[in-house]
Amino acid sequence: MELQTLTYLVVGMTFALYMGIAVWARAGSTKEFYVAGGGIHPVANGMATAADWMSAASFISMAGLIAFMGYGGSVFLMGWTGGFVLLAMLLAPYLRKYGKFTVPEFIGERFYSRTARIVAVICLIICSVTYVIGQMKGIGVAFSRFLEVSYDVGLLIGMAIVFFYAVLGGMKGITYTQIAQFCVLILAYTIPAIFISFNLTGNPLPQLGLGSTMAGTDVYLLDRLDQVVTELGFAEYTTQVRGSTFNMFVYTLSLMIGTAGLPHVIIRFFTVPTVKDARSSAGWALVFISILYTTAPAVAGMARLNLIDTIEPKAGENLIYDERPQWFKNWETTGLLQFEDKNGDGRIQYVADKTTNEMVKVDQDIMVLANPEIAKLPNWVIALVAAGGLAAALSTAAGLLLAIASAISHDLLKGVLMPDISEKNELLASRIAMAGAIAGAGYLGFNPPDFAAGTVALAFGLAASSIFPALMMGIFSKRINKEGAIAGMIAGISVTLLYVFQHKGVMFVADTAFLGDLSANWFFGIEPNAFGAIGAVMNFAVAYGVSRLTSAPPQSVQDLVDFIRVPTGVAQAQDH
Amino acid sequence: MAFKSKADAQAYWKENVGIMIKLLLVWFTVSFGCGILLVDELNAIQIGGYKLGFWFAQQGAIYSFVVLTFYYARRMGQLDRKYGVDE
Repeated sequence: MELQTLTYLVVGMTFALYMGIAVWARAGSTKEFYVAGGGIHPVANGMATAADWMSAASFISMAGLIAFMGYGGSVFLMGWTGGFVLLAMLLAPYLRKYGKFTVPEFIGERFYSRTARIVAVICLIICSVTYVIGQMKGIGVAFSRFLEVSYDVGLLIGMAIVFFYAVLGGMKGITYTQIAQFCVLILAYTIPAIFISFNLTGNPLPQLGLGSTMAGTDVYLLDRLDQVVTELGFAEYTTQVRGSTFNMFVYTLSLMIGTAGLPHVIIRFFTVPTVKDARSSAGWALVFISILYTTAPAVAGMARLNLIDTIEPKAGENLIYDERPQWFKNWETTGLLQFEDKNGDGRIQYVADKTTNEMVKVDQDIMVLANPEIAKLPNWVIALVAAGGLAAALSTAAGLLLAIASAISHDLLKGVLMPDISEKNELLASRIAMAGAIAGAGYLGFNPPDFAAGTVALAFGLAASSIFPALMMGIFSKRINKEGAIAGMIAGISVTLLYVFQHKGVMFVADTAFLGDLSANWFFGIEPNAFGAIGAVMNFAVAYGVSRLTSAPPQSVQDLVDFIRVPTGVAQAQDH
Repeated sequence: MAFKSKADAQAYWKENVGIMIKLLLVWFTVSFGCGILLVDELNAIQIGGYKLGFWFAQQGAIYSFVVLTFYYARRMGQLDRKYGVDE
């Protein structure tokens, strides 16, 4: 069957499945809309969390970035998995014990302050919207490829589908759909990786294949990769540092604590029955995530090798442009891959030197989707990858939109502005909030600040600098008071936003950096995507300092802290 | 409150934090330690086609995280039973 038809068929079938589940489990009341009645098994919850978590950044974007960053790309691998350790130990069990709907609700009550709750809502919206921009970039890339349209058109279609999808179902729909989406996305990720690993090394397990010898030779794959990239003038793959060791350290830390501070992931731990289940659920989520995250480095290395081998099949004998393969032409249609015959020889030169490199644009986000085609895998595998990429992007976008919606309707409207809002109007407000967030993020997605994974990294930095420190101090200290928490959150997110906007433009609109381009003047060489860790340090320091200077929290709040530290006596989520 | 006494509650929390700190040290060592700070030294060791530091950064740290999280859940389960606060 022709690839295009097959792609429509596979993507259509998976969509029908998700929609079917969403309609079947359509949320009836607000409490089901948010947390699915609090009764989901830890393994199932872990799987749904994994789908929620692994977005377009993980599926579509990350391996492509690693393919070009080599060892430097490890920041994503360690950062986005290591955060679950923090989540499991520092936050999930305690927040489950607390057992309310949302993260701002906890912050508001622990810091006995509506202001704290509003600040938390604002922080949450800023990081979630940034995160959705990253998803929109991924969705735009995926749709542009498989509908063979430009990136902008692909993005518009993607926005429409996300809107329909997220607004229709609530959390309950999403939990079961997300289990289905996890299955689709993990199969779609691993099957091509197994094929490619087997073709290149004879070892079907990508995790081992990356450390094996090339099939039929005794040269290690990674050694060959190091050799071919350095011959083209690029840095050695396995030792290529991202910026500096310090930058990598801060970047990884930022992603880790950002992971533990992202509301749409935290909210998932409210859906298991007990504190014990919250602990093991984090473990299960990490198992399911690790399947993709340990496969990704193999996908990355092998994709880079296959790309170079396609362009230069024999040493010194580059691919003739007119004989380029179909995938090359398809990606040219989207505008995400561009060739310019600088030396006029009709062949493609791909080298590190910008003046002679003829692959003038290779959007790194296309690598995972293009990978199976580059490796000449059967059409059904390529169709499956398209379906998987969309599953990843949609599931996370839906989870994030839900977090945004609940922050606005539940925390801001019901919690602060209009306490007597009816349940029906609350639901309506949350749907309007979702639609607004999709439109805003989609608009900014036309000119995203970075590749999908880079944009998402920014969102993590913002979460790291604002939400994580407030939650952690709220649980582990009885002394941090409302003044401290509020000042800390504001200081953390402001410092991070200032640094990011200065380098990436205000709200990521290009050329609005207020002090001019200072990219050569990164603070200690820290890139904006990594700055959240510095913001978090600021947050902790300011919160501690201000709390010391002001009075201790009231006894009732100290009792609340004691209460959440005891694992028994959990209230069921539907009681609220 | 389900603890027998206030002293019990304090002892439980102290042990909880102790377990956490130990496991976080491992967390730090496998990722920031082996994967970033000591990567050049470890890269001198080769396991199959992997340089060891590179392996930690792209594989080993992740496997360790999985083990850590489950080990934490198990240890905390034991602690809960010890203090009679399990469900």
